[in-house]
Amino acid sequence: MTTDVLSAPAGSSGLWARLVAGRALPIAVVSAVVIVLWYLGAIWLNTPLQIDAFERQGVAWSRADLVRATLAQERPLLPAPHQILAEMKKTIIDTRITSKRSLVHHSWVTLSSTLLGFAIGTALGVLLATGIVHLRTLDKSLMPWVISSQTIPILAIAPMIVVVLGAIGLKGLVPKAIISTYLCFFPVTIGMVKGLRSPDPLQLDLMRTYCASGWQTFWKLRWPSSMPFLFASLKVAIAISLVGAIVGELPTGAQAGLGARLLAGSYYGQTIQIWSALITAAILAACMVALVGVGERLVLRRMGLRR
Amino acid sequence: MAPDGKGLAPQESPDRESPDRESPDWAAAPEGATRPRVVEARSLSLTFETADGPVYALSDVDLDVERGDFVSFIGPSGCGKTTMLRVIADLEQPSEGRITVNGVSPHEARLNRDYGYVFQAPALYPWRNIERNVALPLEIMGVPAAERREKVRSHLELVNLAGFEKKFPWQLSGGMQQRVSIARALCFEPNLLLMDEPFGALDEIVRDHLNEQLLRLWAKTGKTVIFVTHSIPEAVFLSNRIVVMSPRPGRIIDVIETDFPTDRDLDFRETADFLEVAHRVREGLRAGHSYDD
Repeated sequence: MTTDVLSAPAGSSGLWARLVAGRALPIAVVSAVVIVLWYLGAIWLNTPLQIDAFERQGVAWSRADLVRATLAQERPLLPAPHQILAEMKKTIIDTRITSKRSLVHHSWVTLSSTLLGFAIGTALGVLLATGIVHLRTLDKSLMPWVISSQTIPILAIAPMIVVVLGAIGLKGLVPKAIISTYLCFFPVTIGMVKGLRSPDPLQLDLMRTYCASGWQTFWKLRWPSSMPFLFASLKVAIAISLVGAIVGELPTGAQAGLGARLLAGSYYGQTIQIWSALITAAILAACMVALVGVGERLVLRRMGLRR
Repeated sequence: MAPDGKGLAPQESPDRESPDRESPDWAAAPEGATRPRVVEARSLSLTFETADGPVYALSDVDLDVERGDFVSFIGPSGCGKTTMLRVIADLEQPSEGRITVNGVSPHEARLNRDYGYVFQAPALYPWRNIERNVALPLEIMGVPAAERREKVRSHLELVNLAGFEKKFPWQLSGGMQQRVSIARALCFEPNLLLMDEPFGALDEIVRDHLNEQLLRLWAKTGKTVIFVTHSIPEAVFLSNRIVVMSPRPGRIIDVIETDFPTDRDLDFRETADFLEVAHRVREGLRAGHSYDD
């Protein structure tokens, strides 16, 4: 009884205190501001077209009518958030996922090549970094190529990759995954080169005093030291891997995938469809980055590095 | 996969590495020694080539360390005392002269895992708990798990850290961390312990305490210890031989033998015997211009 009486007010004030002290409140405030600005922008951008439409129809309109109409257009210049949410609800929840109109279906198509490209890119990045750290010649010869590979715009090279791989019979998932790989191996390589070089000279000297083999030095010192760097890189890599997969869907005239949705939307001026595909992609990216973050916490806690 | 490019590649005998070097005569056995020599160095020199010209880290150093000795190298920074320790450990290569460790070249001694090395910092691996940090050399040397556990347990007990097996390094104080690193250096039972200013980063109270513990550990285990320090009281308190060194070029000024009782405690530092030796060390440092600007 007494504990109940004591804990109840403490609990509610605790929640409020956590809201104020924690991140929830600032995030809520920023989100609210963004949504308000978005609505204002939608009204402002859609007004000229809406006035034209009213005048063509020859109807009398008030200011309130105008605002209401700008937020309910079929092909607005800038859709309002509630229109995008309605479209997303329709295509994600109300449509069966086997349907061609389902965003879940399209997301899965993009996600599968994202994950494949991410896996290959991570493996490639780790491999390159290991080589660069251990072999002086690779450090000199490979690093400039790794860096210059990223100076070529992905939009320029993506069609080339698709065409070349298509010529040798690779179509569909693989070319898109390769484009993801092309983007995401880079942060992993750079991060892991730094990570594998992060042990301090004393820790390396210690291994020498034990006559540890290169292999032992790698697995017992360099690899564990590089873990925080690896996860930082993976967060960047998974996000741009998604970008790579979407870009890979644009030049192929893909039938499915978020990129295909964007392309189809822009052919027919379906701005609401474009925006809902964009928002879905953003949510997908956020979820994947968060998942990598969870993996990071689990691994680092296991290693005793999280206090 | 070598850590620094030159690291783990097999380093053959020094004469093959640089042909212009004096051919060392490894066949010469230590003559007339009552106790076996653990370290024997003759006219040892080491010059680092830097952008600002050569740095003479060691110049014409002769040194004998006998089994069971506690030898301290003392001198200001830049006198080559750490370099000397690193030459013994085969972490640096001498430019001239010859040196044997346990009767063989430092490289062979390193391959035999003849010595344990304690660095200025504990250099514990933060992702390993205390037990696994101490077990690290044993893992590398392929010691079976059951034996490993037993050795870790007994050596943590030796440094008074039983019960801390599952803690991570950041949960321990600096002094405790350095004790872990001493246990790590001893757990594979080398007969030689090389210590490079192991207590330099600790406050004086902790340092005094660890000095006492180290002295007891030395008396108990009978290991040969080579200890680098820049503290006169520490060197005099711990050692039975004090090697006074001086910089530019790094060389030995004086070697002082002491015959203090092995069960001495911190109060011993206020006795006349102690102060007399400390004074001689200071005189040596002054003669070597260690106090000059």
